[in-house]
Amino acid sequence: MDKQSEVVVFGTWASPYCTRVTLALKLKGIPYQYVEEDLTNKSELLIQYNPVHKKVPVLVHEGKPIAESLVILEYIDEFWNNCPKLLPEDPYERAKVRFWANFYDQKIAPATLSLIKCKGKERERAIADCEELMKVFEEGLERDYQGKSPFFEGENISYLGIVVGSGSCNYQAFNEAVAVTFDAEKHAAFVSWVEDLKAHPLMKEMLPPHDKLVAKIRHKFSLSPEPQA
Amino acid sequence: MGEVKLHGFWASPFSHRVIWALKLKGVEYEYMEEDLSNKSQLLLQYNPAHKKIPVLVHRNKPVAESLVILEYIEETWPENPLLPLDACDRAMARFWINFGEQKGPVFFNLFRTTGEAQEKTGEEVAQILKTIEEKALGDNNFFGGNTLGLVDLSFGWLPHWFEVTEQVQGTKLLDPTTLPRLHAWAQNFKQVPVIRDNLPDPQKLSAHLKRLRGNLLKN
Repeated sequence: MDKQSEVVVFGTWASPYCTRVTLALKLKGIPYQYVEEDLTNKSELLIQYNPVHKKVPVLVHEGKPIAESLVILEYIDEFWNNCPKLLPEDPYERAKVRFWANFYDQKIAPATLSLIKCKGKERERAIADCEELMKVFEEGLERDYQGKSPFFEGENISYLGIVVGSGSCNYQAFNEAVAVTFDAEKHAAFVSWVEDLKAHPLMKEMLPPHDKLVAKIRHKFSLSPEPQA
Repeated sequence: MGEVKLHGFWASPFSHRVIWALKLKGVEYEYMEEDLSNKSQLLLQYNPAHKKIPVLVHRNKPVAESLVILEYIEETWPENPLLPLDACDRAMARFWINFGEQKGPVFFNLFRTTGEAQEKTGEEVAQILKTIEEKALGDNNFFGGNTLGLVDLSFGWLPHWFEVTEQVQGTKLLDPTTLPRLHAWAQNFKQVPVIRDNLPDPQKLSAHLKRLRGNLLKN
């Protein structure tokens, strides 16, 4: 088997969970083959490689599949333990990034999705919930990283940059397509971290194209092509 | 001594995961029982994001979220490893730990429903347990293979807690006839000395869960 096909990633271009994986591989200079999945018509291979969840992303390395984006990131960092490292070395610092990655996946992401899907009075409640969570998230990150961006480790994109950035860097596409998911004015620090991350050449390369993503989000949440007045 | 503190709650399986890991590694710690209706200032200061137990405090630095704490313990005290050495095997372990975490809300749904709603959720839970038995456990004695590992600790709420909960909520899903291997694992797990000696009193737990379920069903 040649080097190129040693690592295969099954993903979809618009999924931030998949961006996490391809970003991590690029950051570490690991060559990989990418297979774009049609989630309305999943391939036999995907189902074979991830029978439990039948989801993307899946990383297949030397024929062995690994599913769940955060599990994949830890695997990548352990197997290819060259620099740059994805996670910090110190156990306490590792606990911090795992904690915030978990907070993002368990709290921020689902609340944001809820907000997008809600209408009317429910949406008001969802906006308030998201706002409360964003406040906790931003304040917590500010406290844990002493005001510095948690999305960078020196000049390199950090673990939280990969985990959070893959989703949050698309915030403007979501704002345009469906709804304002957080009030940028109330979260100047978070927005500045996200904007700095978006400007990084690797992020620019790996994020889905804005207009294509806007159309995709609109389609996914079954909205009319014209933005709401 | 005094270097490691654990803020926990006697009835919480999440608290117990941490106790088991510390004991399996022979780490001395000071335990602080929290009253969840009147949380300590320290707890709120150590875990402002969630305000929950368990919180491990090591050299005055707090770590919250039981699964994050387990990985921290594993890395800080590498003796008696609870994760495999091979990266692929570790990924599989983390996959199943993540699976358990993802499915938690379904079990909670079972707890806080009755009648048809509970029956429907019960079918989903039965499927989840089958997946755990066939795909995660397989023919092994433990999820970690021949010895206990983090995956066993993460599923450690199935023996004892889920068993007591089933009596309270009137289900019989973790059954030796339908899930012989998982049921056997649950019994073996409870016999491991560190586990056996660190479980909440079943009667006290039952009363506590009855109260909880009563409150949930009222709302």
